[in-house]
Amino acid sequence: MRIALAVIAAALIGLPYLGLPAFYESFGYLLLSAIVLATSWNVLSGYSGYFSFGHGAFFGVGVYTTAALAGKLGWNFLWTLPLAALAATVLGVALGAIVFRVRSLRGELFALLTLAITFVLATIALNAVDGGPGIMVTVDMPKIAPTASGVIYLMMLAAAALTLWTAYAMYHSRFGTGLFAIHDDEDVAEVMGVPTYRFKLAAFAISCALAGLAGGIHAIFVSYVTVAETFSIALAVNVVLMSALGGTRHWLGPAVGAIAITVLLYAFTSGNAAVVGRALTGLILIVVIVAMPEGILGQILKRFRDRAPARAQVARPFGNVNNVNTSGEPLLVVRGVAKAFKGVQALASVDLEVRRGEILGLVGPNGSGKSTLINVVSGHHVADAGSILFEGEELVGRPAHRIARAGIARTYQIPRPFPQLTVLQNVALPPMFGQVVMDRARAEEEAWRWLAFTGLDAKAHRFPADLNLHERKFLELARALASRPKLLFLDEVLSGLTPAEMDDALRLIRAIRDQGATIVFVEHVMRAVMELTDRVAVLTYGKAIAEGVPAEVMRHPEVVSAYLGAAHV
Amino acid sequence: MPSATLLGQSVLSGIFIGSLYGLLGLGLSLSWGMLRQVNLAHFALAFLGGYLTFQLSGRLDPFVTLAVVAPLFFLAGMGLHWFLTRFSVSLLNTLLVTFGLTSIIEAGIQWYWTADFHRMENAYAAVRWKVGPLFVSLPDLLTLGFALVLSLGAWAVLRFTDLGKAIRATTEDAPIAAAFGVNEKLLGYLVSGLAAAVAAVAGLCLALNHTLAPVQIYAWMGVVFAAVMMGGLGRPIGPLVAGIVIGVSEALTMAVTNPTWAPLVSFSLLIALLLFRPARF
Repeated sequence: MRIALAVIAAALIGLPYLGLPAFYESFGYLLLSAIVLATSWNVLSGYSGYFSFGHGAFFGVGVYTTAALAGKLGWNFLWTLPLAALAATVLGVALGAIVFRVRSLRGELFALLTLAITFVLATIALNAVDGGPGIMVTVDMPKIAPTASGVIYLMMLAAAALTLWTAYAMYHSRFGTGLFAIHDDEDVAEVMGVPTYRFKLAAFAISCALAGLAGGIHAIFVSYVTVAETFSIALAVNVVLMSALGGTRHWLGPAVGAIAITVLLYAFTSGNAAVVGRALTGLILIVVIVAMPEGILGQILKRFRDRAPARAQVARPFGNVNNVNTSGEPLLVVRGVAKAFKGVQALASVDLEVRRGEILGLVGPNGSGKSTLINVVSGHHVADAGSILFEGEELVGRPAHRIARAGIARTYQIPRPFPQLTVLQNVALPPMFGQVVMDRARAEEEAWRWLAFTGLDAKAHRFPADLNLHERKFLELARALASRPKLLFLDEVLSGLTPAEMDDALRLIRAIRDQGATIVFVEHVMRAVMELTDRVAVLTYGKAIAEGVPAEVMRHPEVVSAYLGAAHV
Repeated sequence: MPSATLLGQSVLSGIFIGSLYGLLGLGLSLSWGMLRQVNLAHFALAFLGGYLTFQLSGRLDPFVTLAVVAPLFFLAGMGLHWFLTRFSVSLLNTLLVTFGLTSIIEAGIQWYWTADFHRMENAYAAVRWKVGPLFVSLPDLLTLGFALVLSLGAWAVLRFTDLGKAIRATTEDAPIAAAFGVNEKLLGYLVSGLAAAVAAVAGLCLALNHTLAPVQIYAWMGVVFAAVMMGGLGRPIGPLVAGIVIGVSEALTMAVTNPTWAPLVSFSLLIALLLFRPARF
């Protein structure tokens, strides 16, 4: 494998020295620049699911930066390349900082703003830089290869190597895993500890920087820069198509697609054939999206994965994780928390105390605000008023991922696994973003344990869609546990389970507590609440009306009337 | 500072171009808000309508052409809806699929009508009136009239009729609406077909009033999407109001500064809205 790579690298680097016709260098250049553009598009759009239609714009910023600085002002063009990357990055980060904050419609808004920015930049370039006729870029080449086109080829080769390495490194890191989680369910990713805003912005910055770099080199390749040729939508279409065709969920996919499409389009270069080429790209894009969503590489890898036997891994038993600490001191103190949605007061001044080491049952009729309370504590919603202290620190106003990092985890009543991550990857995500940040290998090791703990280890390489409801509920549990939370919210984990499955789940929850977690157990199944909990709190109409030992609380007249209605004697 | 007459004329032309933004945005907003499909091909379709009107203008009155093109587009819209639902294309993927479709239609237009600019000679464009110091042309008034009638009509249907109630219910929760006896599948086809038919009307207005060139398909996208976003999804009047705001701002920008800066206006307005009123989205 290593030898093969070395041979390929030597052949690619050696190409300009072979004395072949210039065509080979130029065609090689086109292939490499397509690889750079498609791969750089993919590290944002493929990984995180935010489609950019403005890759041509960021590429164009690079082209014009180099063209203006090297062509007009006569700078050394090598110095202009980092500036080309920087200019594209600044633009991307500015746009991202605005649009990534929006909570709904963010994917569509991002797509359309990036589409629009292509025209905005074309306008600016035309009015402020170019002036109409275009810019000549003639520069002195460093003599590292026999011909000028050879030098340009080598520069793009270096850019391609950098880009592929970046995509590879991201793919295998926490960063990449976080982006894939954002792709599947951004809100859940944030609650699991992924700093979504920062990750999106960083991925966008990297994507833009690489496109800008390619643009800078391209300015020298074309040597005559015009607005119409530079800021084209065709580039955006091609880049999207290359990535989709090759496979957006793998670091190497876009490169595969880039080669396929560049070779294909080369057949349609001139005159009317270019129009046919454009129609063809459109058609292939539709067919790929509809019929081959995983792309060429995705298809191949899937076949490969299906044949691979499930990894037999013996889960190591837990050491003494946390000593069970039932000191009874308050771990979470909720005071006067209120939350309204468009006039519906979901929470009206809730007071609640969760003590370290206990299982607190949180009960109340439907719509009483239990789930809203979990959403507010976990940071998904921001409280309108009140304070939430966790180990003495204020949580209100903190972003959700920092609350997760402080040691709070939750499950969802209706399981929300990341559908395109395997069961193992789902469970390995929270440990990468928990109190102790783990790298991917250690996180997977940790995940194996929790899969064994919840009995899901045989399905580790399956996707969530292959699981039944019972298993998905347990996947929710495993995922929440894998970050080793200090405080765990279980939102109706028992609903929909058969009595036998319920007994399983109850055993599991006790085992969780025995490892030191404090649990808030939201449930309608009263048998389970009475059996499992140390204390119970009752919510109605967004207010906590009683808190105490289960048997007593359940006799409380207000609680009886909340559940059964007031007695009319 | 330009004269009051120039400014008045600018505002007026801004209103007219804005009404075309609104007309183009109407179909987009409906299929986006109600069917969860972002149909980029809407613009290519409108231009195709414009080119067809242009092509037949020697032999047929533009309105006769519309009477033929609009039903055809209605069917095309239903076909697109069939395709997108048949393969259950997700919302973000509808962007990609219709982007591909745009490429195909654009290539078809360029192949048949070339990449050159075309302008339709027609009797309507010659009809102009002088109102005080300002000029108003018939195609302008027709565009505004279509935009008002169709936007208000769509609003009234959605607001006051059982059909509208069924559509709104489906928008909110399709399975529940279906459980209450709404034929949501049929409604989907109806909305998609109507959106495409509105594209035919917009195409007529494009041909009457503007130059046609394949590259312009993309130039209109940014502005109209800004109008749809600012106007609110699935609201029929929103794009028209926002479109007119954008149109007038653009016209004033062109009057006060250089005309070439106009493409920045809608983008800047949208960014400002995102910065200062992010809760709207």
